[in-house]
Amino acid sequence: MQGSIPASILTKASQSSAREESLRSLIWRRFRRHPGAIMGSIVLGCIILAVVFAGLSPYDPVKSDLSIKNQAPSLTHPMGTDAQGRDLFTRVLYGGRISLLVGFSVMLITLLIGVPVGALAGYFGGWVDNVLMRITDAALSLPSLLVLILLSAILREVDAPFLKSNPVITIAAVIGLLAWMFTARLVRASYLAIREMDFVTATRALGASNFRIIARHIFPNAIGPVIVESTLEVAYAILEESGLSYLGFGIQPPTPSWGNLLSNAQEYLVKYPWLAIFPGIMIFLSVISINYIGDGLRDAFDPHKVLKKMGEV
Amino acid sequence: MGHYVVRRILQAIPLVFIVSIVLFALVNLAPGGPESAMSGHRLRPEQRAALRKQFGLDKPVCVQYVYWLIGNDWTKPVGKPPTPNAGIFTPILQCLDPRTYLNSENPGVGKGVLRGDFGKSYRTRTPVIDSIGYALKNTAYLMSVTLLIVGIVAVPVGVISAVKQYSFFDIAVTTLSFMGQAIPEFWLGLILFLIFYVWLKNPVTGESLLPPGGMNTLGAAFSVGDWAKHLILPVTMGVVGWVTWYSRFLRSSMLDVIHQDYVRTARAKGLRMNKVYFKHALRNALLPLVTVFALDLPYIFAGSLYVEIIFSWPGMGRLYYQAATDRDYPVLMAILVIYTVVVILSNLLADIVYARLDPRIHSD
Repeated sequence: MQGSIPASILTKASQSSAREESLRSLIWRRFRRHPGAIMGSIVLGCIILAVVFAGLSPYDPVKSDLSIKNQAPSLTHPMGTDAQGRDLFTRVLYGGRISLLVGFSVMLITLLIGVPVGALAGYFGGWVDNVLMRITDAALSLPSLLVLILLSAILREVDAPFLKSNPVITIAAVIGLLAWMFTARLVRASYLAIREMDFVTATRALGASNFRIIARHIFPNAIGPVIVESTLEVAYAILEESGLSYLGFGIQPPTPSWGNLLSNAQEYLVKYPWLAIFPGIMIFLSVISINYIGDGLRDAFDPHKVLKKMGEV
Repeated sequence: MGHYVVRRILQAIPLVFIVSIVLFALVNLAPGGPESAMSGHRLRPEQRAALRKQFGLDKPVCVQYVYWLIGNDWTKPVGKPPTPNAGIFTPILQCLDPRTYLNSENPGVGKGVLRGDFGKSYRTRTPVIDSIGYALKNTAYLMSVTLLIVGIVAVPVGVISAVKQYSFFDIAVTTLSFMGQAIPEFWLGLILFLIFYVWLKNPVTGESLLPPGGMNTLGAAFSVGDWAKHLILPVTMGVVGWVTWYSRFLRSSMLDVIHQDYVRTARAKGLRMNKVYFKHALRNALLPLVTVFALDLPYIFAGSLYVEIIFSWPGMGRLYYQAATDRDYPVLMAILVIYTVVVILSNLLADIVYARLDPRIHSD
């Protein structure tokens, strides 16, 4: 239902390149005025930079050095060290690579499944819609956290070298397989609304193929809500991965991820609380940043506000 | 209305079947089973085979599914069904042959899920339904207290932040709820554990301020105080996420309502503001919330998984986690199917409740 209004505006906008330009800058202007979104972008940017340059740390994330084990946070080890004498800060940075990578991979997977499913269902309607939406309903009626645990527990047992050597893809696929339905429904709603519009009829009359209409003409107009949803999907995936790894069903040690850094935390909580505190703070910071960015994008794409603005232009 | 409900339930039945087949296939295609549930014992191959046979795992998966669904007490103990020899097509031929289902070596005792028999746990060898009954009771106890607190906190917070939109209170609540939704639930539990069990001590006795887990002190005589103390941390951990979610939802729902004409009328009549907001507006603002609540029911129960694990609460979430760790597949299947049914029923409930509460909506 949200999709119909931005579509009409964006359609209007795409008719002339000058207006398209003004719409893009309008969205950017609105996003910039959202303080939470700007803060979120800055914090997330810093985290991404830090994990990308994790290699600059003088310590090894996996190799243990028992002479420095269980040290409290200090200037040399800002987050302390763990029971194997590994610098926690370094491990948190490397773990961030995995956790963020899982987050963005899940987003990609939900887009790769959700957009085609939603587009085909919404554009063609009829039996295509019926079949695809029944599949979506079935997937939605699965208890997702429980199935997530089940799938990860099974995959942990399956002896496939590909799964073992690509834990990020494996875990992202599992999370993505249980999360694409929301994107699919959103895309379907947009396509349902847009396919009735005059410009689509006009394009069809000009002889454009169904595929071309779906991909080139409707897609750019349906993308607003999908961008917002996908952003929030990253945050959701980071939380899910951390939970699964915490339970021991996600990324397996010694490869660090924010979740599995916490998995033994409860045992050490009494004596070495820093091991539990810092990875959690990193999860919290990235998730809240992404949520604020998503909120800013939602405001920026908000059909009512854009509509009002377009009236003024 | 009656027609509608019946139609919806009839539509849901094939959905439950399909989901149960998918889940059953997943669970049974995975390696492991009763032999890994008894980990710690090293089993010889013949023991392993005997164990698999005892649980009927030597049969083709389709037979296992049928037995799981409708039991096997109707099979005829006339001996092993013939095994066709057709290479990779053997299992398919077996599944299509009624003798594979009818003939068995021993008389079966399973009644099947449709008759309320979820089989026996690989690990404890006791009926699954017994463990679930016990765990469900404990989860229901924890969740009803949690939801009560959620209601007590979320409703006033949501109403006030809508009524005083953009006030300091509203901005503080909005910020806090952003934070509440970004905290990983299990990590919040760990931090609560750290603060109230590890750091804070009772100034009189020197013991930890709050117990680390469980429903009560083991072996101690029943006392309300003891049970209440054991509730504080798990409930706090569970409440945060739901309060942020519901107060935000109620805020936006309230904002839609308080700008409507009948609210202005009530104010113009000279009613006290509190009465207008909490009586006239809130009733209508709660309408969409009821639907959301019905849809959330299964997540409320499944979401208590982390709470139950961290604070050793013997409920459904912990039972599921243990079963997943031990590969105790009958327990896993039972909980998964029950949750699937709950998800579908809650969707139906949401639609019915909404249609009942809002006279503008007609279900058909």
